[in-house]
Amino acid sequence: MEENKTYTISVYSENNVGLLNRISGIFLKRHINIESLNVSKSEIDHVSKFTIVVHTTEDWARKIVGQIEKQIEVIKAYYHTNEETIFQESALFKIASNLLFDERQIQNIIKDNHSEIVTVSPEFFVISKSGRREEIEEMYEQLKPYGIMQFVRSGRISVSKSEMQISNILKEFQYQ
Amino acid sequence: MEVKTLKKEESKTGTSIRVSGAEAVIHCLLAEGIDTVYGYPGGAIMPIYDELFKFKDELHHVLTRHEQGAAHAAQGYARVSGKVGVAMATSGPGATNLVTGIADAQIDSTPLVCITGQVARHLLGSDAFQETDIVGISTPVTKWNYQITHASEIPEVIAKAFYIARSGRPGPVLIDITKNAQFEEFDFKYQKCTAIRSYTAKPTISQLKIEEAAEAINNAKKPMIVWGQGIILGKAEAELKAFVEKTGIPAAWTILGASALPNTHPLNVGMVGMHGNYGPNILTNECDVLIALGMRFDDRVTGDLSTYAKQAKVLHFEIDPAEINKNVHADVPVLGDVKESLEAILPLLKENKHEAWHNEFKEKYKIEFDKVIKNDLQPEKEGLTMGEVIEQINIASKHEAVIVSDVGQHQMIACRYAKFNTSKSNITSGGLGTMGFALPAAIGAKMGAPKREVVAVIGDGGYQMTIQELGTIFQTGVPVKIVVLNNEFLGMVRQWQQLFFDKRYASTEMTNPDFIKIAEGYHIQAKKVTKREDLATAVEEMMASPDAYFLEVQVEKEDNVFPMIPTGASVSDVRLS
Repeated sequence: MEENKTYTISVYSENNVGLLNRISGIFLKRHINIESLNVSKSEIDHVSKFTIVVHTTEDWARKIVGQIEKQIEVIKAYYHTNEETIFQESALFKIASNLLFDERQIQNIIKDNHSEIVTVSPEFFVISKSGRREEIEEMYEQLKPYGIMQFVRSGRISVSKSEMQISNILKEFQYQ
Repeated sequence: MEVKTLKKEESKTGTSIRVSGAEAVIHCLLAEGIDTVYGYPGGAIMPIYDELFKFKDELHHVLTRHEQGAAHAAQGYARVSGKVGVAMATSGPGATNLVTGIADAQIDSTPLVCITGQVARHLLGSDAFQETDIVGISTPVTKWNYQITHASEIPEVIAKAFYIARSGRPGPVLIDITKNAQFEEFDFKYQKCTAIRSYTAKPTISQLKIEEAAEAINNAKKPMIVWGQGIILGKAEAELKAFVEKTGIPAAWTILGASALPNTHPLNVGMVGMHGNYGPNILTNECDVLIALGMRFDDRVTGDLSTYAKQAKVLHFEIDPAEINKNVHADVPVLGDVKESLEAILPLLKENKHEAWHNEFKEKYKIEFDKVIKNDLQPEKEGLTMGEVIEQINIASKHEAVIVSDVGQHQMIACRYAKFNTSKSNITSGGLGTMGFALPAAIGAKMGAPKREVVAVIGDGGYQMTIQELGTIFQTGVPVKIVVLNNEFLGMVRQWQQLFFDKRYASTEMTNPDFIKIAEGYHIQAKKVTKREDLATAVEEMMASPDAYFLEVQVEKEDNVFPMIPTGASVSDVRLS
């Protein structure tokens, strides 16, 4: 049996209603759980980018990418291992404001983790932290004893080390 | 949808006129060359039906008795004609009733455009009467789908729908149109769609792969071809024939590939798969080069993948990149349109005969003939076999009929024994295995190929799943021939119960109605045959009838279909009894 690994699937697509459903259905049909999903604009105007993280075999990652690419509104899809990408996640921590003054250690945690304070109000302040999953987890563990009012972490966003040749594909279409 | 994603070509009908969305739909269909649509009206699609009434001389609407029938009829029409089939239904239950046909078309790569009415835009998401999220429901079983909420979207979206349905690997497209969009007026202009930037209909053929494949074929000692429906969809029948005749390679077919090369062609060695022929199944695991042409290695073809053609170099000619290495590893993938690929490879191939290798197929055929075929076609027992009925149809039709089969034992027998001279003659539900497919599909097939004889071969179980379509036959007068092979069982399930569940016949025995009376109730001429001596005359009489005709044949209750590769077994372990 081939071993399971973390793969980042990047999908360049038209920005159309219903495509998310179509893409998530491909995972559902194969009973594969999506670890995280992010949809945003891409480097090309009017082209969206899905970043999907799955834990599966390379064989499945390849087949899923094949099925995704087959969808009419998908321009191109790729899969990469962690080593082949630069990736990050973002997190927000909402903490009671009094702790910032009562617990000196919190200021050190913010500094040591290279995170930043986004906003401060009399009741709470919000810390933002971007980085690898483990770094965010570590900061979470450090802050947990003081009490976290709310916590949220984004899906992975990533860029590949190698080129993803979307612009060429679109240019070729124009000249056809 | 924005214009920039479409490449436009001016159509001859491209003058701007002010029309309602509903009328625009009709103009789009006419511009796409559609002459027949199948459907069923209802509240949310009434504006379109109102226009169908006005355009009834240009566009023939066939009222089926259930929306599933409309979808299957459109499939039958598409499969015999090579054109896009069109089905229409209202919102809610009308739309959901289409879904089985759409799923069938998706897995069997049949070009369909389904148009559904939807509640008005302002009611979307409000659980309005007959509102259902058909775009959401149909997403996994459509090649593409789209909801139109403004009339101005209609021409572009429908143009795109037809292009997507028919190009590349064909498939079903569903367009859902809200009622307000059907009523709205706008300036209509139609331009056919010829390209979409995010969609590659045909991958570019790699000359390198063509050369690699040619070398493997030229060096092969025991090569074997398995072709699929890709040959028919790609209109590559002549190229297939030239390919096999030049190389002398034994050629077998999948169920949906049937009829692309006549059964009587000396290089045609029969069907592969679960109930396919003995030789091509066994020899799949003995060939040195396996040439797969426009087929997708379905599990019913391969059996156990870990023991499938492991000794062979696999050359996979395929238009859909997602099929490459999906089930079977391709040593040489040849991506592209199969007709173009075969044209490109033909000059590189050496002439050959492979006589010794052919003899192996002949020997295997002899074994199968003695153990199976003889008993099916020339039975000595009293009860009628399904095989001898098919053989009588062969004789009476001179191998020229379109055979539309349903799903089950009779389907396997029909596909095993029907003889075809002409391509697009075997219409059956291959991938989805949809019981109830044949009767409505035969209606569509006869309308798509009015000059051909169309014979629906159906079991007593599947017949009753869409039996109401006899009403469509009666109302339209479409002269289809219906043969029900009645064994008073859900025969295939019963066969499995006999072989794998110790004969526990759970819910497979059927208490059937008087089928003759039912047919006669629809004013369809009907006859029942229970004895061998009456069979030939009855089939001849049916074929000679200028009108629709119903023939029920009482066959042996507990006959089995062999050869058989049990689920999960290797093609080498095909059973003859």
